[in-house]
Amino acid sequence: MVIFLQNLVNALQWGSFYALIALGYSMVYSILMLFNFAHGDIFMVGAYIGVGVSMALIALASLGAFAMPNWLILVLTILISMFLTSFVGMIVERVGYRPLRDAPRASAAITGLMIGIILETGNLALLGARRVSFPSLIATTTYDVGGVFVTNKKIMIVLVSFLLALALHQFVRRTKWGMAIRAMAFDVTVVPLMGVPLNTMISLTFALGSALAAAAGILFGIAYPVLDPYMGILFGWKAFVAAILGGRGSVMGATLAGFLLGFTEIFVAMIFPSTLRDLIAYSIILLILTFRPHGFFGEPYSARLRL
Amino acid sequence: MRKRSLVGVCVLLGFLAFFPSGWAQAQTIKIGINAELTGDIPKVGEGTKFAAQMWLEDVKAAGGLAVGGKKYPVELVIEDNESKAESAVKAATKMITEDGVLVMVGPQASKQAVPAGGIANNYKTPMISPWSTNPDTTKDRPYVFRACFLDPFQGPVLANFITTEFKFTKAAVLYDVASDYPKGLAEFFKMAWERLHGPGSVVAYESFTTKDTDFSSQLTKIKNSGAQVLFTPQYYNEVALIVQQAHQLGWKKPIVGSDSWGSAETVTLCGKDCYGLFFSTHYAAAGATGATKEFIIRYQRKHGYVPDDVAALTWDAMGLVQKAIQDTGGLTGDLKKDRENVRSAMGRIKNFKGITGDMTFSGGGDPTKCAVIVRISDKGEFEFYKAACP
Repeated sequence: MVIFLQNLVNALQWGSFYALIALGYSMVYSILMLFNFAHGDIFMVGAYIGVGVSMALIALASLGAFAMPNWLILVLTILISMFLTSFVGMIVERVGYRPLRDAPRASAAITGLMIGIILETGNLALLGARRVSFPSLIATTTYDVGGVFVTNKKIMIVLVSFLLALALHQFVRRTKWGMAIRAMAFDVTVVPLMGVPLNTMISLTFALGSALAAAAGILFGIAYPVLDPYMGILFGWKAFVAAILGGRGSVMGATLAGFLLGFTEIFVAMIFPSTLRDLIAYSIILLILTFRPHGFFGEPYSARLRL
Repeated sequence: MRKRSLVGVCVLLGFLAFFPSGWAQAQTIKIGINAELTGDIPKVGEGTKFAAQMWLEDVKAAGGLAVGGKKYPVELVIEDNESKAESAVKAATKMITEDGVLVMVGPQASKQAVPAGGIANNYKTPMISPWSTNPDTTKDRPYVFRACFLDPFQGPVLANFITTEFKFTKAAVLYDVASDYPKGLAEFFKMAWERLHGPGSVVAYESFTTKDTDFSSQLTKIKNSGAQVLFTPQYYNEVALIVQQAHQLGWKKPIVGSDSWGSAETVTLCGKDCYGLFFSTHYAAAGATGATKEFIIRYQRKHGYVPDDVAALTWDAMGLVQKAIQDTGGLTGDLKKDRENVRSAMGRIKNFKGITGDMTFSGGGDPTKCAVIVRISDKGEFEFYKAACP
């Protein structure tokens, strides 16, 4: 039982990252019917921007004039990095996807792959192959709850992820902008004719997705403080699986699927030899998709399939 | 004009080759250094060159190398192999056939040492690689030696160390199943541990794949398996993550690693979590004593930095070469015969006192030697803890 609860805690943390990244995939996909393959690398860029911002803030705080506690630095780091990374997302869209909006979807998907490679190798050229360690802003405190070990960082990561997913959900459900996004997901040809600015809305979608990826990157840096330029690739792929599993354009679905993916990986490793983890975990996911090809919350949309 | 002189040189060389006595008149012992001076790992070549030159200084100060009651001047033939396999082969061939070296030291990295060793063996010229840990370098090659231990060797060494140091009987292993070095070492450790403590004494044998960052599930298993120690032969970036996550899951027992931990980055990335942990390696600069310390001080004074394991192993390789030449009891002047004598003398070296440990060759080209166990000190330095033998 203790082992089960411990792995539950482990899975909650691991699933948080998938959920946050999957949200960005899902939103872009719902509007443009486009797999933004660069999204995993935006997550990486977000983490690196987080390192830069937090180091700048630490330097600023040590000057004395702007003395601030570490938790404030962390909150500011997350907010500023989300803001900055949203611009990276918008630039990627402007440079990579907008010129190809009417091109075949396959070309646009390939563009995403190329932008991903450019971001990875650009980072490699800029910072070298050395691993970067994320500055530790808050000390790790471990709580022993009846044999289940939980750290303050784990709690924070899961809480922040939930809050961000909830915030996005509210934004999409309750605001005018959110309504526009949903409408465009429904029909991207007709809605602009009603006066909804297409380019602005697409930029907004990319900005939101990238901001969430940046938050995921920083939380990742806090939990696993060793960053390298290729960290986003595998993560991107797996989160992409979560986005599809959740259902097209469903905020709830992507979040749930992200956590489900985390749970599957962790519990498969708990029950089976860890060598077989991904083999078994992704076979299970494949099986789920076979029976629910539109994911958990997706609707069939064969009439408008544009691929 | 140029052509004619070239022909002249060829004729002369041909003459020299047919009259081995032509070499003997020089009476200079030539030692080839095949080093990675440029290319991917220039720091390795630099350490090789500096250590070899320091050895030469000593020989010169002594007025030459005394062999069989006669002093011979020594000359180093240093060739750059550009950290490339084909250049290492070229350098080895040149040193053997053109420069007429008695014995070769290097290349260092297995990528260069394996092919260059083939050349040395074909030309029946003794070669010693200070740093190459790949078994193929010396395998089935009577003329090729090395001054370091092999990768698999650390498994039994660490199993012994943990058993005698902590009196533990149950161990856990966490390794990358997709990478050769950790996978091999994990297997050798498991074998050695089970030989000591019986089957099933490795209570958790968990793996992950390269690029994984979350090990919480594996570590939870390990923690609940009743293991008393965790062995993880990983590289520095994974070490940091594994150690930190283990501590966050409430693991308070020792974590032990292998020479892949021996990078300055380990402590940079891992921080305080890694303090007090142990790993095995070739040599430790901090806390060194005796001849090792002398070498470090001398090297540092001359070149401005603490020598790494390559420099220390090269120093020992030069010492082995010196001992082998002296053990021949005298040079005949016939290069072919002398090379053969040096080879058999090197294969007979017993209890050579090196700065990286005592070495004994028994038949093959791989020395029996002890590893160094390093403790990461509370200041984050790699500190000599003890020598550990299999």
